[in-house]
Amino acid sequence: MATVTAERLLGKSIKRREDPRFITGKGTYVDDVKLPGATYAAFVRSPHAHARIRSLDASAARSHPGVVAVFTGQDMVGVNSLPCGWDLRRAKNVPGVVQDLAIVPHMPLTSDVARHVGDPVAVVIAETQAAAVDAAEKVKVDWEVLKAVTATEGATAPGAVRIHADAPDNVAFKWEIGDRAATDAAFKSAAVTVKKRIVNQRLVANAMEPRACAARYDDATGDLTLWVTSQNPHVHRLLMCAFVLGIPEHKVRVIAPDVGGGFGSKIFLYNEEVVCSWASRQLKRPVRWTATRREAYLTDAHGRDHVTDAEIALTRDGKITGLRVKTQANLGAYLSTFAPAVPTFLYGTLLNGVYTIGAIHCEVTGVFSNTTAVDAYRGAGRPEACYVLERIVEAGARAIGMDVAELRRKNFIPKFSGAYQTLVAVSYDSGDYAATFDKMMQLLDYKKFRAEQEAARKQGRLLGIGFSAYIEACSIAPSKLVGALGAGAGLYESAKVRVHPTGMVTVFTGSHSHGQGHETTFSQLAADELGIPIEQIEIVHGDTGQIPFGMGTYGSRSGSVGGTALLMSLRKIKEKGKRIAAHLLEASANDIEYVNGQFQVRGAPGKAVPFGTVSLTAYIPHNYPADLEPGLEETSFYDPSNFCFPFGAHACVVEVDRDTGKVTILRYLAVDDVGNVINPMIVDGMVHGGIAQGVGQALWEGAVYDETSGQLLSGSMMDYALPKADMLPMYETDRTVTPTPVNPLGLKGAGETGTIASTPAVVNAVVDALAPFGVDHIEVMPLTAERVWKTIQAAKAR
Amino acid sequence: MKLPVKMTINGQAYSHEVEPRLLLVHYIRETIGLTGTHVGCDTSQCGACTILMNGQAVKACTLFAVQADGANIMTIEGLAKNGELHPIQQGFWEKHGLQCGFCTPGMIMTAYQMLERYPHPSEDQIRHQLEGNLCRCTGYHNIVKAIQWAAEQMAAKK
Repeated sequence: MATVTAERLLGKSIKRREDPRFITGKGTYVDDVKLPGATYAAFVRSPHAHARIRSLDASAARSHPGVVAVFTGQDMVGVNSLPCGWDLRRAKNVPGVVQDLAIVPHMPLTSDVARHVGDPVAVVIAETQAAAVDAAEKVKVDWEVLKAVTATEGATAPGAVRIHADAPDNVAFKWEIGDRAATDAAFKSAAVTVKKRIVNQRLVANAMEPRACAARYDDATGDLTLWVTSQNPHVHRLLMCAFVLGIPEHKVRVIAPDVGGGFGSKIFLYNEEVVCSWASRQLKRPVRWTATRREAYLTDAHGRDHVTDAEIALTRDGKITGLRVKTQANLGAYLSTFAPAVPTFLYGTLLNGVYTIGAIHCEVTGVFSNTTAVDAYRGAGRPEACYVLERIVEAGARAIGMDVAELRRKNFIPKFSGAYQTLVAVSYDSGDYAATFDKMMQLLDYKKFRAEQEAARKQGRLLGIGFSAYIEACSIAPSKLVGALGAGAGLYESAKVRVHPTGMVTVFTGSHSHGQGHETTFSQLAADELGIPIEQIEIVHGDTGQIPFGMGTYGSRSGSVGGTALLMSLRKIKEKGKRIAAHLLEASANDIEYVNGQFQVRGAPGKAVPFGTVSLTAYIPHNYPADLEPGLEETSFYDPSNFCFPFGAHACVVEVDRDTGKVTILRYLAVDDVGNVINPMIVDGMVHGGIAQGVGQALWEGAVYDETSGQLLSGSMMDYALPKADMLPMYETDRTVTPTPVNPLGLKGAGETGTIASTPAVVNAVVDALAPFGVDHIEVMPLTAERVWKTIQAAKAR
Repeated sequence: MKLPVKMTINGQAYSHEVEPRLLLVHYIRETIGLTGTHVGCDTSQCGACTILMNGQAVKACTLFAVQADGANIMTIEGLAKNGELHPIQQGFWEKHGLQCGFCTPGMIMTAYQMLERYPHPSEDQIRHQLEGNLCRCTGYHNIVKAIQWAAEQMAAKK
C-alpha cells in the first residue's frame, strides 16, 4: 500500500537511480546481450575512397571453416536504399526559404561503386567472430580505383569527379533563408563591414560505446528482435521496416538497452543494422555485429564540416546592421537520415543569435564528397551557427575598436516572454540575454582580468579572454512545423503511466537515455506529481515491445517534450483517480483534490483515500463508478507548439605559450539559462561534458582526410585527439532561470548548450591572447600548438 | 591450436583451452561472461577495459589471455564486497562521475590503483593518472571530484 511523502523532488540534485548497475559493471549494453546460437558478422569494406567494383569473389571466404554465409548487395534482392528522412524538396512554401535536394541511393551493401573508405560491399557471417573476420579478409574485390574528392570546397570545383549520377556538380542541395535585398542594402549603407572565412572542421562523435547490433529472427513466430545502439528505437524500426526491408513493423521489436553515449551518432539508421536484420531472416539464426573503433571512425556519421564566408555590417558605435553568411556544408558520400536538416533548418535559423540585427541573409550549398556521411552531432547546426556569429561579432568589435563585451551588451535583444520573431523564420520563446551575460561578467570580474592581462603582457605572457553569448533551439519539435520544413517524421513524444494494483508505478517513455539520466529525472517528476515515494516508480525506455511509439532522444528534447508527455499522463491518472475516490468517499469528483499522495474532499482532509486504495479499487472494481472503465493506465502524446530556446553566456580564459603555441585553459565559466531544472546535478554534468566536447573542437579534434587518397588520417583514437582529463580545467557553472512558456514544466533543454557555447569562447580567447601580434582571426580549427605557433610566426613576419 | 590457461578472477579459479590470439578482454567478456569490462577502442587509448592483474591496473585489450596464465585478476564485478560498494564506486555515485556508464568500470579500476599509489592525490595528479582513460560524457570534472571524494573516505577509514 502506498505511503505518502511531502518531499518535493523537482529541482533537487538526487543521486542517479541508474548508477548502481553501472558502477558495479552490471549495465547491459548491446554487446553484453548474449544470444544462444548467435552468428557473427564481419563487413568487407572498401579500402578506397572511390572505386568501382569490377568483380567480387567470395568463394575462398565461403569455404573458410566456420563460415555460415557470405552476402553481397546483389544477394539482397528487394532491399531498398537507406532512406533520408528529411526531404528539402517537400518544403517549397516557407517564406524566405529557397531549397531543393538531390536524393541519391544509399544501399546497405553497395554493388556498383564504393563512395568512401569503409563503404561496405559484403558481409561474412560465421560461427565465431574470429572466423568471420578471418574469412572477410579472403573476399577478393577487383577494384577500379576512381578519382576521389574529400575537401568541402573541392567537391564543387570544376573538374571534380562526380560521385552520384543524380547530383550534378556534386551539389546535394541549395538553400537560402532571410532577406537578400534588405541585407544587400544594409551592407551598402554600412559604416563598417568585416568579412571573414570561418571553417568549422569535421568531427567524429566518438561515443565511448561503439555501435553494435544483434538481430534475432524467430522462424516459428516470424518475429524479429533487434538490439541496437539507438537513441530512438521506434525511428530505427519504422525506417528499417517501412523503407528498407519492407517487413511488417508490428513483427519487429527494437531494443536499445543501456547505450554508451550517442551525441547524435546513434540517431541514424545504418547499413550494418539493416544487413544483420536481413541476414537473420535469411539464416534463421541470430546475427550480431559490434563495430571496432576503426569501423566507428569510418562509418559513424560525422559532424560539422562547414566552410563559411561571413560578413557583418556595423555602425561606428557598434550596432549590428547586417549579417551575410555563405556556407558550403559537406554531407559526405550519402545522405544520412537527417543530414539535410542540419546545415539548413538547424543552422540558418539560429543566425539571429541573441542580438537585434538589421538584416540577415544566409545561403547554404550542401555537397557530396568521398567521405563518411555527415549528420547531427551534439548541437547539430546550432554550434556552427553560434560559431559563425560569435566569431564575426568579435571580429566586428575589433574592427571598430570596441570592447567585445560592450558590443554584445549593446546589441542584446531586450528581455521578453512569449515571442520574439527573428529574421530567420523562428520565433524565440522567452529570454533575458543581458541578465545572463551580466551574471557571467560578475563571476568573471572582467575589469580585474583585463588589468591582469595588461600586466601579463608587459611580462611577455599571452593571456586571452573569449566570450560567447549563445542561443539554441531545442525541445525538438512541433510536428506541423518540421513537416512544412521537409521532415518525414513528427517530433512529438509519448509516455504511458501504468499504475499497478498495489500503487506501484511503471512509466513507459518514448524518450531514450544514453547517459541523460531519465530513470532519475522522470522518476522525480512522477514522484512529485503523484506524491508517492520515488522507490515506487520505475522508468522503462528503449524497447518498442513495451513503450508507446516514441521519437527518442536528441535535440535536448527529453525533459521538455518527453517530460511534458509524462506530466500529461500523470495528470490523467489523477483525474481518473479522483473519480474513483469520489465514488469511494461518496462525494462529487469536482470536490476531490489530490494532496500528498491521497485523494481528499476539499476542505475535509479527514475524508480521504490514499493513492494505493484507489489503484487497488481500479483493478478490483467491486465498489466502482458505473460509467468508468476499470484499470489505471494512461498514455499521452505531446507535440510542442514551438521550439524552446535556451541561452547563456560563457567565458574562457587562456594562456598561450609564445614559444610553442600551446594553449592552456586557465578558467572556464558558464552561465546558462535552460529554463526550469529537474535535477541541477544532472544538468551541470551535461554542461560540463558539453563544454569538454566544444573545447575539444576548438583545440584538438578534427577528422582529417588525405586529399589525394581519400583516406581518413585521423581514423583511430591514436590519431584523433579526444580531450583527456589532464587537458581540461574544472568548470565554473551557474544559471539564471527564465522558464519557457511553451511547456507546462518550463523546461527548455540542457543537453547541448555547453557544446554550442564553448567552441567560440575558446577560439575568441586565443585570438584575444594573440592580439598583441595583430592577430584578429584564425580561420581553421583546431587551434593546436602547431597552428597557433604558425599563426604567431606569420603575424610576426607581417 | 589451443593452449591451456588458468587464472583467478574475482576470487574464483578458471581454466580453459583458448586460441593463443584470444585477447584477455575477450576471454573475460565472452568465455567467462563478465561483461562489466568494456571494449571502447582497438588501440589501447580508451581504458574502458582496465582491470587489475596481479595488483596492476592494465588494459585487458592489450594482453592475450595466455599472457595472463596464472594471474590473479580483479574486474569491476569483484570490487564491491558483500554487497557493499567500494568507496570509489560510492564516489562515482555521490559525485555524478558517470553519465552513460560505459567508461566507468575502467575509470574505477584505474582509480583503484591510483589511490593505492597516491592516497592523497592532488587534482593534477588525478588528471595525469587518468591520462589512459577516456570519457566523452562528463568532461572529467565530476570524475575528478569522485576520486577526491573516495580518497577522503578511504583516508578517514584508515
